[in-house]
Amino acid sequence: MIHTPRFTEDLSELPTSKFGTSSLTWWGILGFMVIEGAGFALAFAAYFFIMGHEQGWPPEGRRAPELLYGTLFTILILLSEIPNSMIKKAAHERDVPAIRLLMPVIIGIGIALFVIRGFEFNNLNCRWTDDAYSSIIWALLFLHTTHVLTDWIDTVVLWALMMTDVGWEGRRLVDTDENSLYWRYVWLLWLPIYAMIYWIPRL
Amino acid sequence: MTDMRADAIPATKGSDNELRRVREEDQRLASERKKLVRDGPKLTGADLEARLERTWARPPGILGWLATVDHKEIGRRYLITALMFFALAGALALVMRLQLARPESNLISAQRYNELFTMHGSTMMFLFAVPVMEGVAVYIIPLMLGTRSTAFPRLNAFSYFMYLFGGVLLWGAFVLNIGPDIGWFAYTPLSGPQFSPGKRADVWAQMITFTEVSALAAAVVLVCTILKTRAPGMTLARMPLFAWAMLVQSVMVIFAMPAVALASSMLISDRLIGTQFYNHYEHGDALLWQHLFWFFGHPEVYIIFLPATGFVSVITETFSRRPIFAYPVVVLALVSTGILAFGLWVHHMFATGLPRVGYSFYTAASMTVSIPTALQIFCWLATMYDGRPRFKVPMLYVVGFIITFVIGGLSGVIVASVPLDLQVHDTYFVVAHFHYVLIGGAVFPLLGILTYWYPKITGRMMSERVGKVNFWMVFLGFQLAFFPMHFAGLLGMPRRVYTYPAGLGLELPNLLSTIGAFVVALGVLIFVLNGLLSLYRGALAPADPWGGSTLEWATTSPPPPYNFPHVPVVSSKAPMWDLGGEFPVVTGLRVDQKETLLTTVVSATPDLREPIPDPSLWPFIASVAVGILFISSIFSPWALPFGAIPSAIALTAWFWPKELKREPEPVIT
Repeated sequence: MIHTPRFTEDLSELPTSKFGTSSLTWWGILGFMVIEGAGFALAFAAYFFIMGHEQGWPPEGRRAPELLYGTLFTILILLSEIPNSMIKKAAHERDVPAIRLLMPVIIGIGIALFVIRGFEFNNLNCRWTDDAYSSIIWALLFLHTTHVLTDWIDTVVLWALMMTDVGWEGRRLVDTDENSLYWRYVWLLWLPIYAMIYWIPRL
Repeated sequence: MTDMRADAIPATKGSDNELRRVREEDQRLASERKKLVRDGPKLTGADLEARLERTWARPPGILGWLATVDHKEIGRRYLITALMFFALAGALALVMRLQLARPESNLISAQRYNELFTMHGSTMMFLFAVPVMEGVAVYIIPLMLGTRSTAFPRLNAFSYFMYLFGGVLLWGAFVLNIGPDIGWFAYTPLSGPQFSPGKRADVWAQMITFTEVSALAAAVVLVCTILKTRAPGMTLARMPLFAWAMLVQSVMVIFAMPAVALASSMLISDRLIGTQFYNHYEHGDALLWQHLFWFFGHPEVYIIFLPATGFVSVITETFSRRPIFAYPVVVLALVSTGILAFGLWVHHMFATGLPRVGYSFYTAASMTVSIPTALQIFCWLATMYDGRPRFKVPMLYVVGFIITFVIGGLSGVIVASVPLDLQVHDTYFVVAHFHYVLIGGAVFPLLGILTYWYPKITGRMMSERVGKVNFWMVFLGFQLAFFPMHFAGLLGMPRRVYTYPAGLGLELPNLLSTIGAFVVALGVLIFVLNGLLSLYRGALAPADPWGGSTLEWATTSPPPPYNFPHVPVVSSKAPMWDLGGEFPVVTGLRVDQKETLLTTVVSATPDLREPIPDPSLWPFIASVAVGILFISSIFSPWALPFGAIPSAIALTAWFWPKELKREPEPVIT
């Protein structure tokens, strides 16, 4: 110590975990959300840039992707917010048994979403090599799939951790809370993509 | 949800058995919590420092080296690696200058020349300029903010390894003669599958992926560090200007870098799996590349420049012995530069043909951005005018910066005008302009700040006399190298062409440029030698050799692994100048586990105590796994699904606690 310390305040009673903006990981997650959001926003910009070059949308000779699977996916991912909100609430109440029960529901919904996503890829009515329109449609769907996949893996890992004794720790509850927050972001970002892949070509 | 605390919620839900067990455990942990060792009036001085040293030291040996999460070690690695790439890219510049020293030279072939300028530009931009700023920040920001670590130190370690692997990929490819030859902005269709068969362009694109991941990770680390770990009392309005510069810079990285990552991913997929984003024949567009690239590329120059303005503020303040004149103006200038920087990218594309209104808008925007920068320059000049400036080596670099940057800024403002831009586009005039703003604007302040923080990092002083010699060599050599390029450009000399014919008046400016380049190189060499020799022969540095105002000078040179024995408290913008004999601190942090303090974002009141992770090999292993994924995806799309599996495993292991038992207070093992 070079300078003589003057002791002002003892912080040993300060908490070690809080929900929301106090949490360091909340800010970290926000940072990554903005990064992904910027990536998606630029992909959207590329979509409209390519669209601006075409006479029709989808370009002449192409059919818009089939509505059924994309719409099913949208309905299911919106419904997933029900267990997601319940998990978030349970985290705030330290209701670990509820978290342990509900996380597999979200994980199961995730698996169903991947199956539907497979059908979606199969019903885009184009291959990514066909033209720029097809490439950007595939790119948007692919980017969103990786987005869902990352959060799904994250949820599986977190669930495994919540099943152990450390699930009762405050920090793990904050993790759970923030994982739910992230899932909201995943489905929110899907809505403009859904519109761009399925509805704008139908306008 | 009135109380946001997560660590004191009573257990009320669950089966009776489990509830009883959890409550008992809660009670046991609460009583253990009372026994934990913390710093305070009873535990201070040498005793405390010895115990903190044991807690914060990393294991020795190569494994400990790979596992370290100490921001000072990671920052040093960043710095050394970036300076080595600077030297390599500088050496390429010398080879190019030798080639251009006389007309119709046959020293190197056109193809090799293409590789040289591509490697020079890509290395300088992606492997030197951005990482070196991040390296300085990663080292110094926690010290400046009075905290013990960066946020997410393992992510910080990961970001360094990603950067290193990206650099090794690019230079390994160059040595193996598959280095990129498409220019640092890799315009399509030249970089597309039709005109760049082979793997040169893919190497470039994946180097981008590596450095973007690295820069984005470092940006998140820095934003969270700056917003959440400042010393109590260091409100946003009292934050050091370098921290402001890095905050704005990191936010810019977060918004800008995804653009180039997306663009280069689309380029790779055009080349590897046959997408058509940039293929005109299938309704793609080469200009899409230019838009995406410059949406990143223009903010990029401010991403490099803003940290340098932070350096200038730091040096000017210390060596003028006066707080920076009009601090709020400097902060607002930083923020508005950060915002305006995203509205200028199209001025790189004036020659592609734009709607009239596009020309007018981007001309106006490009001229506007000079206003906040000029405001900053006036604030520095006013600080010097009103202070008592001491012209030590770091301050000389500030003066060199102001002169050089103003010249570069003026040539920038005039090329914002479309008619002039169309005349000088892709000529040496532009080469002169951006070297004036990048070397004058970023490298001069960098050399100054390295001299300034050298004693903090190494515990020794650099030689002042030698420093003055190399300053004048770098400064004058630079003017000799780059000023004649304005004339070469106005005479019509195009950039990126490996030679020029005799008799057009280009001989003299080119010869002068070559001589100047070698003077600069010699100056930099002397700087490096000064740095190396001073490690052993420099005078021992006290804690605060320059009389600085900020908290990094409150700890020893070099700082211990825990930075500060007690967390400092701040009550002004210049805490070290307003001490009044005693050093106010807060206490109560753990001593036998790594712990730091989190404060609130705006007012910096104590908010949480936060555990700092133990050293871990997983960030390194994860970076190897991700690196294998990136490099093999140059060759096959299947690298993506198969490479993702080991990456996911490594990232999971990184997060997973070593022991699954509850602790009295959180630890990250």
